[in-house]
Amino acid sequence: MSGADNVVWLGTPAFPEAARTALADPQLRANLRRATGTIRDRRLAVAAELEDWEELRERAATIKHHTLRHLDHHLLRLEKAVTAAGGVVHWAADAAEANRIVTRLVEATGESEVVKVKSMATQEIGLNEALADAGIRAYETDLAELIVQLGGDRPSHILVPAIHRNRFEIREIFQREMGEWGAPAPEGLTAEPRDLAEAARLHLRERFLRAKVAVSGANFATADTGTVVVVESEGNGRMCLTLPETLITVMGIEKVLPSFADLDVFLQLLPRSSTGERMNPYTSLWTGVTEGDGPRNFHLVLLDNGRTATLADEVGRQALACIRCSACLNVCPVYERTGGHAYGSVYPGPIGAVLTPQLVGVEHAASLPFASTLCGACYDACPVKINIPEVLVHLRAEAVEAERRDRLFPTPEALVMKALGAVLGSPRRLAAVQRLAAGASRLVARDGRIGALPGPFARWSATRDTPAPARESLRAWWRRTRTPTSEDIRTKAEGK
Amino acid sequence: MTMNGRETVLDAIRGALSGVPGSESPDATPLSHGRRVDHAGPDVVGMFADRAAEYRATVVRVPPADVAEAVGRALARTGARSLVVPPGFPEGLVPEGPWSRLADVPPLSIGQLDEADAVITTVATAIAVTGTVTLDHGPGQGRRVLTLLPDQHICVVRADQIAPDVPEALRLLDPYRPLTLVSGPSATSDIELDRVEGVHGPRTLDIVVVVDA
Repeated sequence: MSGADNVVWLGTPAFPEAARTALADPQLRANLRRATGTIRDRRLAVAAELEDWEELRERAATIKHHTLRHLDHHLLRLEKAVTAAGGVVHWAADAAEANRIVTRLVEATGESEVVKVKSMATQEIGLNEALADAGIRAYETDLAELIVQLGGDRPSHILVPAIHRNRFEIREIFQREMGEWGAPAPEGLTAEPRDLAEAARLHLRERFLRAKVAVSGANFATADTGTVVVVESEGNGRMCLTLPETLITVMGIEKVLPSFADLDVFLQLLPRSSTGERMNPYTSLWTGVTEGDGPRNFHLVLLDNGRTATLADEVGRQALACIRCSACLNVCPVYERTGGHAYGSVYPGPIGAVLTPQLVGVEHAASLPFASTLCGACYDACPVKINIPEVLVHLRAEAVEAERRDRLFPTPEALVMKALGAVLGSPRRLAAVQRLAAGASRLVARDGRIGALPGPFARWSATRDTPAPARESLRAWWRRTRTPTSEDIRTKAEGK
Repeated sequence: MTMNGRETVLDAIRGALSGVPGSESPDATPLSHGRRVDHAGPDVVGMFADRAAEYRATVVRVPPADVAEAVGRALARTGARSLVVPPGFPEGLVPEGPWSRLADVPPLSIGQLDEADAVITTVATAIAVTGTVTLDHGPGQGRRVLTLLPDQHICVVRADQIAPDVPEALRLLDPYRPLTLVSGPSATSDIELDRVEGVHGPRTLDIVVVVDA
């Protein structure tokens, strides 16, 4: 189903193994701690400014969920409105089809270069690689995407794909690589963020001015008017959306909103949740083509690529409400420690752990639903109230079920769980096992703690102590010390 | 296979949504509009000026008679040598000074605009809570590229154009025009998730708020 695209990166290890590598990298952990810490405080401050924040979240969730329940209807409205405004709408069932459509559109212009606005959808389908195969070079223009592209790297965050790089590493990448791609880095470039931003400006300026074709994603598209919205900060988006003659926008089908008026909720929630700003510097809205202003040709590619499979799952469906703000990544204790690469997908973090397995099928990303402590910080932060822990648990069950289906013999874990079910299902069996465990544990415990154990217990016990079970279970103790009469119970209940 | 992408996707959506009752109306969004909280407070103009300044725009408040002078001061501050004046911009608000004037009639080339130092525009509306100015690129504002390539953007905002919040501003905008919401000069949070101003868009944003004397 996946294969060509980037939803999961083929050949990357499962999450536990990848996480172990990431955790051993102190530079990575320091970079992540600093960046996520900065943004967390900022998000909390601007969210707290709006006393109806919870009501806004509720409205956003309601709009998204209702839209998803009638997705075909709203997409057809969008298609009609975009077409009426002079745009051309294309539909792509999967990554390969979307790449074919975009490649054909670029080839029709006779150009061999495109400039790109940061876009998760085109990352997901591996568009740059597909264009390269057709001899077309795609230039990323968002600062973080540029850092990733120049560094031959992979994105590790939805909003800031180069979050794993600090200012010194970025300077080094600019000095080493910019000359290979175009204008070289200025002499004596410092690691000051202001100077690095200036270097990106100089590097890309000529590229923008001569660009004939741009490729973008979309944050929203409104079905009643056919308006497409791109939210950005640097002005690279405005450059790509304004200067070229041809604009190709690739948009996941779940991004449609019923009406232009619905934008009010999302334009309040998105900037505050993503960059912790009241409003991002630039938001561009366009409806088809406008005579004498901006691109003369506009193409909108509507992308499925696993979204309808996700839509079919009534619990998992809510992941499609995601507006890609990345607040859930920034608050996640697991993401903060492992970074995004460990998830092995363009969609990392808590939302990635629920979205990726659904887009590609849970058997192709079986470790991701387990890449969470289920602490729920992501659910609290989510501006559209996606209950990520609920979907994680749901997908864990599916991952276990998929594993069971594929095996001739049950896993040791399944056998243990089955035995545990039998024990917990009967008070008598539980009491017997508790007595047995209390006795056995006294043999291996030191000072009331069980340390490292051999054999099948080694993997659990290597990294954690377990308190030794009490000599006597609660139930046994209760039976020994209390034999309450019905009179006792009544007295307690009446609070006498 | 004769099905095209469109039919494939639409069929897949309908299959996935087979559990949604046919009686449920797709258009009636069950929204709880509820009470609308006022985020702006009584001093809408003051809040707009403060919030725009927080994002490093240079904001001044002047009476109608002093607008041209305020614009001239902003140009003098950056040492601008050329000023783009879009068609339809009020003639009386353009200051005299040591800068050449560029009209977009006939349309300026990308090269000419890239070399221009500054542009002056009116706005479609503004938003107090977020410190945003909104352009619909009509008369007085010009094509989108006019406010993109020059490194200084000066906008003249009448106090009565400032909407308290995002919903009110959106209601004032025509979705069939290209729209640009501008909140401060261009910026990025891409280095260590900290905000720095000045990337591809104009690095200087001046806002002249016209208040009654």
